[in-house]
Parts: sequence; structure tokens; C-alpha cells
Amino acid sequence: MLSIKNLHASIGDKEILKGINLEVKAGEVHAIMGPNGAGKSTLSAIIAGNENYEVTDGEIFLDNEDISELSPEERAHKGVFLSFQYPVEIPGVSVTNFMRTAINETRKANGLEEMPANEMLKVIREKSELLEIDRKFLSRSLNEGFSGGEKKRNEIFQMAMLEPKLAILDETDSGLDIDALRIVANGVNKLKSDKNAIVVITHYQRLLDYIVPDFVHVLYNGKIVKSGTKELAYELEEKGYDWIKAEN
Amino acid sequence: MSKYTEDHLRVELETKEYEYGFYTDLESDTFPIGLNEDIVRAISQRKEEPEWMTDWRIEAFRAWEKMIEPEWANVHYNKPDFQAISYYSAPKAVDPNKTLDDVDPELLEMYKKLGISIDEQKKMNNVAMDIVVDSVSVATTFKKTLGEKGIIFMSISEAIKEHPELVKKYIGTVVPQKDNFYAALNSAVFSDGSFCYIPKGVHCPMELSTYFRINQAGTGQFERTLLIADEGSYVSYLEGCTAPTRDENQLHAAVVELIALDGAEIKYSTVQNWYPGNKEGKGGVFNFVTKRGLCEKDAKISWTQVETGSAVTWKYPSCILKGDNSVGEFYSIAVTNNFQQADTGTKMIHLGKNTKSTIISKGISAGKSQNSYRGLVKIGPNADNARNFSQCDSLLMGNNCGAHTFPYIESKNTSAKIEHEATTSKIGEDQVFYCNQRGIPTEKAIALIVNGFSKDVLNKLPMEFAVEAQKLLEISLEGSVG
Repeated sequence: MLSIKNLHASIGDKEILKGINLEVKAGEVHAIMGPNGAGKSTLSAIIAGNENYEVTDGEIFLDNEDISELSPEERAHKGVFLSFQYPVEIPGVSVTNFMRTAINETRKANGLEEMPANEMLKVIREKSELLEIDRKFLSRSLNEGFSGGEKKRNEIFQMAMLEPKLAILDETDSGLDIDALRIVANGVNKLKSDKNAIVVITHYQRLLDYIVPDFVHVLYNGKIVKSGTKELAYELEEKGYDWIKAEN
Repeated sequence: MSKYTEDHLRVELETKEYEYGFYTDLESDTFPIGLNEDIVRAISQRKEEPEWMTDWRIEAFRAWEKMIEPEWANVHYNKPDFQAISYYSAPKAVDPNKTLDDVDPELLEMYKKLGISIDEQKKMNNVAMDIVVDSVSVATTFKKTLGEKGIIFMSISEAIKEHPELVKKYIGTVVPQKDNFYAALNSAVFSDGSFCYIPKGVHCPMELSTYFRINQAGTGQFERTLLIADEGSYVSYLEGCTAPTRDENQLHAAVVELIALDGAEIKYSTVQNWYPGNKEGKGGVFNFVTKRGLCEKDAKISWTQVETGSAVTWKYPSCILKGDNSVGEFYSIAVTNNFQQADTGTKMIHLGKNTKSTIISKGISAGKSQNSYRGLVKIGPNADNARNFSQCDSLLMGNNCGAHTFPYIESKNTSAKIEHEATTSKIGEDQVFYCNQRGIPTEKAIALIVNGFSKDVLNKLPMEFAVEAQKLLEISLEGSVG
């Protein structure tokens, strides 16, 4: 589904990604781990099409289509979803209104009619139950005054609403207490299917107890330096990132 | 609607000129340029006004002559040459050969986006209309319903003739002739406008003037509105038009006076979308308006405005809270883009006891525009327990625009409670990227963010107006973030 080939990217003069190769198939969960500053968040931002970074070499394919030149919204319309590490606030725009706009813009781009209001309400009800979200929450302004846990849960709620092909969860565990972590992880697990793929970006192994990866990659200094199964995550937890740093 | 139209006037000017003898060379449908007492007298006479009205205008003119144009506003423009303006012109007649195909496609595109009907589009562009059965019947029903309730709603020229006692009693009582430079000018030369009287205890059953939307668009450059809500009555009045309004008159100086007698409530909503000039800042309307309302005991006046047009806006809808327990509200959205300049806000003058006022101002600046909020909250010595809450929020788009806030507070009573909150924010790239990532294109994302920012004020507009205003905000800011 996602195929990244020799991806190089920089911000200003600074090269951050130095030749990333990654293959993710439908139905798989991949974890990308690594120390601070390794380029994890840069990689997720670039897959989503953030124009603050310059891709200097390489390609990104989604379902065999090169998406490197597409705008962020075009990628979203094709099923790329990014759960932000720091979700932004949009005062005065309710979660419901935001989701309605996002869904209908995506449907429009894919040649579909707007979703009828009653159907929208039904989907919202289902998905909010799935993520144990209080419906009152949905009429609040997007992320405004939300706690860290509420913000992350809201990200996963949006993922549930948009049903992406490829979901990238950037540090979804940061700022979550253990109960919130469990709810968020359960939500993600319920959304997992053989038709979609999930890339989990995290610093700690903790989240991977709940969202169990098929593959684990270690990103260091702009490159994937090690790949393996979930055991690699335990090894990392045990030995720390110094182990990786020492080897490279 | 009016029995004496400008067309009649033109005919009259052509045929009876000598009768008035003040000017002999009137072959066109426009008065000669310049302003003097004769011109003022001529306007009054063309409108068949009674002597007291003529005298009132003359008094205003004499005051205006001695006044100087104010310069304190945070706006810069080339002052109009008041002797180079013609103070009376007949409206353009319908051109039988013109069709909508002759209208600027850019304008038509905007109408489409705003959902303005073909008939309305034609009317706004002087295109001959087919017979519109619907709107005629709407007008008839409208008049009948109002008539049954004893509500008077007509042009001010008609009211001067048909209800002189009411006009004479109230005109100039809230905005005196000598109030300010532009108000004095308006008092001397006002062309037309609306008059409305709601009798005691009557709750006006409809939003006044929604249906008159188009007629309103053609009321001319010196509009005068007088609205009186008698004891215990209620009225919601809508003014203006979301459709873009092009006008060759560069200077617009309107006066609006509201009078809310004991226990009455007036809700006055405006959407102003005059031509703002082109992207380089050439042209555009100067909008210098004086709007003020007087609240007697237990009365309430609520101003809601959405200002998106004009090159220069100078406008401060205000409330004089004279009666005890009276309430004044001001809700405003002012959008400036390209080279537009707006200096707008309100004055809340608390005179009575337990008077309350609320000010919510949302300024949105884009392009190279300048957007200023200017407000005065004044508490008189007898205004025990007066309260005010003001909130002024500014939203900036890009790095070349400006937002300014000038709040003035004068309190002469120690029991007053005044709160002022102000915020300035900028639409962030991260907000736009977040929306993009969810599949929302940039233009739509901006509209969403702006609408969210303006929500508190949009909610105050009557429903149908709110929907249009929302679309208008979207259109006004199109292309402002690249």
C-alpha cells in the first residue's frame, strides 16, 4: 500500500531524511521508533504532504501511485490520515462541523454527493461510542481547551470518521495517562482491518503493548537502521537508544 | 412604491424649471455639481417637502458650512471635493437592450455563490425584468400584514408628507443636524431612506425589509433612516445587501436614528458590501455613516453589523442608554482585504441607572488592509450600577495587514462595572495544514476558521441573513492566502 523509496528531505539547508525505504502492505501495522531528533515526525509530515519540508530525492507511492507531488488535501482524499502529535485549535468550529466539512470535501473530491445529515449523525453516534466519547464533546470548539488525552482521542475519532487507507499515528501516546492510552489503543485496534494499514510513530515501547505491530523499524539520524518484529521493540526498551547510537 | 419618483422629478425639472427660478440650465437628470443653499432648497422642493423640512435642511447646511472634516480616524484617503459632487441624480433607467450577458462576469459569479435570484440580479443591474408575479404578491401580503398592525413602513420622503407629525417630532433628536460633519451634510441633502413606526405594544411579525433588499441597494448616497418603536413594541430591521454593490458615487454619508421608547426593543442588522475598490486599491466607496439609537426606560437596542465592503469605512453605531434599566448591544464583524480601511466600533453612553451594554467586535484583516476598532464606554454620574462588557478580537491573515484597537472609557460613577477583553490572533500555517490533512482545501479552511472566529456575531443575525453573511465572508477573503 505505502511504498517509500530512497526518500531524502530537508528543511532549509539541513538534511533530515537521508534515504528512507519502507514497504507497508494492507492489513499491516508498522511501528517506527527512534530517539528524539531522528526524523520520525518529519517522515510523517512529509508523507502527509507538509510543504515546509523539501523532498530532495526519492518517491512516495500509495497503491502504486506516486503521491510525492500531490497537495496535502489530495493525499487526504486518497486515504492518507495523520494523527498529529500536537493537534491545533480552531476556535468557534465544533468538532461536528469540522468533521462534516472534512467528510464532504473528501466525498466531493471523490465524485460523491454530500453525506445526508441523518447519515452523518448516525456515523457520528457509532464512532463516538466506539471511542467512548461523550456526545457533548462533539459540540465543543475543535481542540480548544481540550486536555492532552481529549486531543488525542479526538484525533482517533477523526480517523474513525474518515476511514483512511493509511493512518499515521505520530506520538499518539504522548500526554496520555494509562486509561486514556487504553481507550485510544482499543479504538485503533477496532479500526484495524485487512484493507487498511497503520504506521505508529513512537518513542516508547509502552503503546506497542496495546497496538501490537507486525514490524518495527528503528529510525536514527535520518535512516532506518534496523527492522524487525515486535521483539525489536522490547530489545530497544531494554538496551535503550544508546545501543543503536553505538552501532551507527 | 413611492408616488413621486426621480423620473417624475426629471420630467418636472425639464418642464417647470422656471417655476423655481433658481437655476435655468437643467436639461440633464442630474443637478449641477456643487452645494449651496439653492441646491438644498431645490432638493427639498423637488421632494415637495413642507416648509419646516426645508428650513431644517437649510439649518443643517449652514452648520455644515462652518464645520471641518474630521481627521481623527485611523484612515487615509484623498478628501472628497464637496463642490465637485452633484447632490441629486435620478437613478439610471432600465435599459431595454441590456441583458445579463452584458454584466461583468465576475459580478455574476459572485451572485451565483451568494445564491441571489436571477430577478434580483437583473434588478441590481438595471436589466429589464419579466413580470414577476411572486414578488408582487409578496409585496402586497407584506403591506397588508403590516397595515393591519398599524405599522408604518415607507420611504422617508413619503413619511414627511403623510406623517409629518411623527417625522417632525423625532428627526434629528438622536443625531442632531450639527452632530458631526457628515451628519450635517446628510441632514442638508439627504436623498431618501426609510421610515418606520411600530405602534405601542406591537410585535412586528416579520423581519422588516428583507424583501426590500434590492430597493435598499438603490437608495442613493445620502440615505436617511428613522425608526421609532413605541412603548413595549418590538421590531427587527434588516438593512443592506450581501450582494456586491457597485456605485459611481464615491461618497456615502448615511444617517440612521433609532428611538426605542419605554420597554421597546429594536434589533437592527446591517450587511454592508459596497464596492471596496480593486486589488490595487483604486476606486471604491467611502462610507461615512452616523448611526445612533436612543433607549428610554427598560428599552433595548441591538446593533449587528457585517462590514465587508467600501474602500474606507467610518462608522460607529451607538446607543444612548437614557432610561433606567435600558440595554445596548453592539455585535460587529468587519472584514478588510487588499487596500481597504475600516475604522469602526461603537459608543455606549450610560445615563440611566442599571443600564447594561455589551460590545462584541470581530475584526478580520487580510492583504494590505487596516482594520481599527474604536469604542467609547461612557458612564454618567447618575448611572448607578451601570455595566459594560467589551470584547474585541482581531484576526490577521498574512504579514502586511494591520489591526488596531482604540477603546476609550470614561466613568463618572464609582458603582460602574466595566470589563474589556481583547485578543489578536493570526491564521496559522499549522491550522491550515491541519485542515488540509483532513481533506479540506485551503480556501475552505480559511472560511472555516474565519466563520469560527466570527461565530458569536453571526449567531446574532436573523437566520437567512446569517447564512448569506457566512458565504459573504468566504467570498470577501478569497485569494487572500496563497
